[in-house]
Amino acid sequence: MIEFKNIKKSFGDKVVLDDVSHVMETGKANLIIGQSGSGKTVLQKCLVGLFEPDEGEIIYDGISFTDMNVEERKLLRQQIGMLFQGSALFDSMTVEQNIMFPLDMFTSKSFSEKLKRVNEVLARVNLEGVNKKYPAELSGGMKKRVGIARAIVLNPKFLFCDEPNSGLDPQTSMVIDQLILDITREFNMTTVVNTHDMNSVMEMGENILYMFEGKTEWTGNKKDIIFSKNERLNSFIFASEFLQDAKDMRMLEAKGKISDDRDMDKMLKGDKLD
Amino acid sequence: MLFFNHFGRYLLMLKGMFTRPENMRMYWKELMHQCVEIGVGSLGIVIIISFFMGAVSAVQTSYQLVSPLIPLTTIAQIVRDTVILEFAPTVVCIVLAGVVGSKIASELGNMRVSEQIDAFEIMGINTKGYLIMPKIAACLITIPMLVVLSMVLGILGGRLAGVATGILSTATYDMGLTLNFVPYNVFFALVKAYTFAFIISTIPSYYGYYVKGGALEIGRSSTKSVVVSCVMILFADYILAALLLNK
Ligand SMILES: Nc1ncnc2c1ncn2[C@@H]1O[C@H](COP(=O)(O)OP(=O)(O)OP(=O)(O)O)[C@@H](O)[C@H]1O
Ligand SMILES: [Mg+2]
Repeated sequence: MIEFKNIKKSFGDKVVLDDVSHVMETGKANLIIGQSGSGKTVLQKCLVGLFEPDEGEIIYDGISFTDMNVEERKLLRQQIGMLFQGSALFDSMTVEQNIMFPLDMFTSKSFSEKLKRVNEVLARVNLEGVNKKYPAELSGGMKKRVGIARAIVLNPKFLFCDEPNSGLDPQTSMVIDQLILDITREFNMTTVVNTHDMNSVMEMGENILYMFEGKTEWTGNKKDIIFSKNERLNSFIFASEFLQDAKDMRMLEAKGKISDDRDMDKMLKGDKLD
Repeated sequence: MLFFNHFGRYLLMLKGMFTRPENMRMYWKELMHQCVEIGVGSLGIVIIISFFMGAVSAVQTSYQLVSPLIPLTTIAQIVRDTVILEFAPTVVCIVLAGVVGSKIASELGNMRVSEQIDAFEIMGINTKGYLIMPKIAACLITIPMLVVLSMVLGILGGRLAGVATGILSTATYDMGLTLNFVPYNVFFALVKAYTFAFIISTIPSYYGYYVKGGALEIGRSSTKSVVVSCVMILFADYILAALLLNK
């Protein structure tokens, strides 16, 4: 569980995070959603200590991260896996070396054991046969998946993913979302995912924090979203007309108002129901 | 004010390198890798410039010594002393500041900008220790070696040029080399080599590690680190000469 209270962060005069608080729960995919530039990446980096928040407290499993010294943070970080928005693969190493690096550094396994683990995680992200390639030779989506593989190779207790499926096709995207959900449940991890992908929200949204211009605008889960009356959230999530219709239909369905296919047709054409 | 700001952060960076390595074997591997990159990587350029520096100083010295009263062995002595005292340590290190310094600064700068340093940091690795310290250690190990090599090659270059241009015979040259030889000069050159190696590695590391921005800033910081290193080398050169050579 990661709890954070009243996080504030500014760069110069620009206030990026303004009093954000939330609890990220264990065994769930916790989503941070919001428009581009709303401060998701900055919040995530504050949580792991890459940025020092100006104010506020961060608590990992009951222990204050804010009060930890450098050595204690280093130890905690060995249990953290992180996927960066730009993947951040080590470009002087091959894919295999990239993923093996945490194993080399923190375990004393034999090479063949490490290689087995590397191939295992590569298979989990649907990426095989690229072991010897360098990051520069991969597509953006492949880099993302290598980044995920590297983040999960040590079975971290806390997993942070910054837009794991931006730049992926919808199908691979689903596979990645499913993978994140699966390992989160399997290993009872605390997973924090930044996203503005509608599909991911509906697929993994068990605990959602919606940020707007650095402030907490709304919190809830994927079911709450459908019935939410928050206008900013609605226009963010259901940005297209198509999705707006889908939402309306879901609501009507829930109220038992849609009776037959004719009503559906009408709605899709944009007509009002009687 | 800005200077103190930089200097303070520079000292903190150096202090930050000293934590217990997460995995000694990996640090050792990285050190060896850097020794190859830095030491072997700049071997070619050091060989070439040393050889020609020696050759040119032999020819120019003989050109300047017009009096027939001065024995030819003096040429060998002058070549020997200038190469040992100044050319091998200072000129070679200024060249290395360009070769090695820009490499260190742009490598670290690129890692900073593409968040690779953050990625190491998140794994629980002390990046100052893992990325910077091996580079500094590798410079401290290999650069004095290169300087010694440069002394030998410089003197050899002078010898070959002297003979090729018919200025003096090898026998005269070799005799001149042993006349009034002061071993302290070699010690002094090595003190310089270690000092300069420290400058060449730490200043570019500082500029690279703390880069902010994008590709443009990487280029800028790498240029800046080379300029600052060169100025610092010349400054340190003067200070060391004043301290250690003043009779
Ligand atoms: N290092 C920095 N220095 C100054 N300002 C920054 C820095 N990092 C982020 N910002 C600012 O903070 C704000 C939030 O940025 P952030 O990267 O968190 O957005 P985001 O929600 O992750 O957006 P996206 O979905 O596009 O990734 C932006 O206005 C950005 O300009
Ligand atoms: Mg972002």
